Amino acid sequence: MSTAPKHNAEDYLRMYRQMVKIRTFEDNANQLYLDAKMPGLTHMYSGGEAVAVGICEALEVTDKITSTHRGHGHCVAKGAAFKEMFCELLGKEEGYCRGKGGSMHIADQSNGNLGANAIVGGSMGIATGSALRAKLQGADDVTVCFFGDGATAQGLLYEVMNMAALWKLPVIYACENNGYSEYTRTEEIAAGSITARAEAFGIEAHQVDGQDVLAVNNLATELVARARRGEGPFFVELMTYRYHGHHVGDINRTYYRSKDEEAEWKENRDPITLFGAWLATEGVATKDELAALRDAVQTDAKEAVDYALAAAYPDGSEVDDHVYAETEDA
Amino acid sequence: MREITLSQAVNEAIAEEMRRDETVFLIGEDVAEAGTPFKVLSGLVEEFGTNRVIDTPIAEPGFMGIAVGAAMTGARPIVDLMFGDFLYLVMDQLCNQAAKTHYMSGGKLSVPLVLRTNLGATRRSAAQHSQSLQALVAHIPGLKVAMPSSAYEAKGLMKTAIRDDNPVVIFEDKLMYQDKAPVPEEEFLIPFGEANILREGNDVTLIGTSSMRQVCEKAAELLEADGISAEVMDPRTIVPLDEDTLLASARKTSRVIVVDEGHQSYGVTAEIAARINEKAFYHLDAPVIRMGAMDVPVPFSPALEDLTVPTPEGVAANARKLMSGEMIHAA
Repeated sequence: MSTAPKHNAEDYLRMYRQMVKIRTFEDNANQLYLDAKMPGLTHMYSGGEAVAVGICEALEVTDKITSTHRGHGHCVAKGAAFKEMFCELLGKEEGYCRGKGGSMHIADQSNGNLGANAIVGGSMGIATGSALRAKLQGADDVTVCFFGDGATAQGLLYEVMNMAALWKLPVIYACENNGYSEYTRTEEIAAGSITARAEAFGIEAHQVDGQDVLAVNNLATELVARARRGEGPFFVELMTYRYHGHHVGDINRTYYRSKDEEAEWKENRDPITLFGAWLATEGVATKDELAALRDAVQTDAKEAVDYALAAAYPDGSEVDDHVYAETEDA
Repeated sequence: MREITLSQAVNEAIAEEMRRDETVFLIGEDVAEAGTPFKVLSGLVEEFGTNRVIDTPIAEPGFMGIAVGAAMTGARPIVDLMFGDFLYLVMDQLCNQAAKTHYMSGGKLSVPLVLRTNLGATRRSAAQHSQSLQALVAHIPGLKVAMPSSAYEAKGLMKTAIRDDNPVVIFEDKLMYQDKAPVPEEEFLIPFGEANILREGNDVTLIGTSSMRQVCEKAAELLEADGISAEVMDPRTIVPLDEDTLLASARKTSRVIVVDEGHQSYGVTAEIAARINEKAFYHLDAPVIRMGAMDVPVPFSPALEDLTVPTPEGVAANARKLMSGEMIHAA
């Protein structure tokens, strides 16, 4: 693990708890799918926790993020609550989007989450526009655009990186490279170097171990501070892994990925296990204390799941609410 | 009252709203010093500077997406899409992102932006610079669609569009930029969803969008010479659509022709005709007639292009057929 002397014990434990919250959320969401209690399907973030937490812990609540179809991790890391998230996954009225968005469209504007996006690469323009808005407004807010390696094949990325570089926008493009573009290995869809593509626009690009939350957080903290000072944009490729298939129903996947490979990442490169061990070694928390923390998160998750299962669906009269916003200044 | 061109009207509307609200900004290709190829935006960069009149690379999906993000975070961007034909390039950002964000977020996020673009054939610009694609966007819930038919509408609808809290697509007819109309000096707005009755009549209703309003007005003059009294209406916005006013006219005249420059099949004319058929059926003496552009890519040759769009003579001819009862048994 990297070291980060600037943190205190409270910061470390919050990062650990946030990672555990993401894993626990996903374990419960997966079970809801397997038990046929969740409509539709969902994409698990498990394995990538250090990416979302390492970056979002470097942000203020007023900073913005855009998220992806694999977005529960970003949502939790930016401060969302279990109850409203599970309600949204189950299509309930008390969900973040009153059940209208579901897993792939959770938005939580109160914490600066501009929303998940079910179009791969669809939010790159939105993130860049959010950064333009901050700059025009004279605010020092930073926007982080999360996307996967698969989305680097979309042309929009190159259009908006060009403009972000020309206009020196406070945006950080965070490419979560989990090795797979849906059901295809990334090396089959990505020619050359991903970071070099950003560098071609004059954008400073970094590659970092996405399983090492301290390495991610150290880099993100530095880049966020520099972006606030007008030194952006930046590009980060975070090398990580996806424990589940492309989505929860992608179970028989040995045709594109070996079980040995999955086991190697889970056993030796798990971001929560690695950080937990570091916390124990450094004397920040004992193994028992960490176990108690995990148990407490699981209890919270169970309560939220039970609440969401019992919660009401939106009334049918809401189906055509929110197609148009009520204009205030007409 | 003074007369100004449609181009000046758009320019005035944008300038007034930019003075009124500092969150309004322009973004698009060659909008600053060039003032667009049609020179509609000339002078704005001198007044508002390059932070609010932003020239972009030729990257329509990119700057459309950027405008969506800026709108979601509190700005009111006006996106300049140089030709309506380029709508195909921005469809994901417009229809999957801008149009759905308010709904998908359960009303928490909104996207107050204006996409200003154009329509209209007969400029000898061939198939990729002549299309009238309003039906494409009118089909998408979450978008509003305005179609100004003169300088007066261009100004009043643009100001309303900029203040609207939703994504609004506004189509200007690129052949009308130099057409003058009376436009008051004092401020005015035209509300969305209010059709305009341009001429009252009893025998037949002619509904025309954008420059097809002028086609309908000329057809009404031709018909008057034949003793046929035509009522001419301009919906002004097709989303929202002022159904009540259109239906009232249909019930009064019992005969309706709908004219729009988009392709006739699956178009704006079909939608309006269907609503009249559904809601005024027992008042009609004949089927509602659709008149759109021919279902062909717009050809270059003037000899061919002029055949593809509705004309006053064509509208008048159909009106005479309606009056004679010929259309009742039209095959």
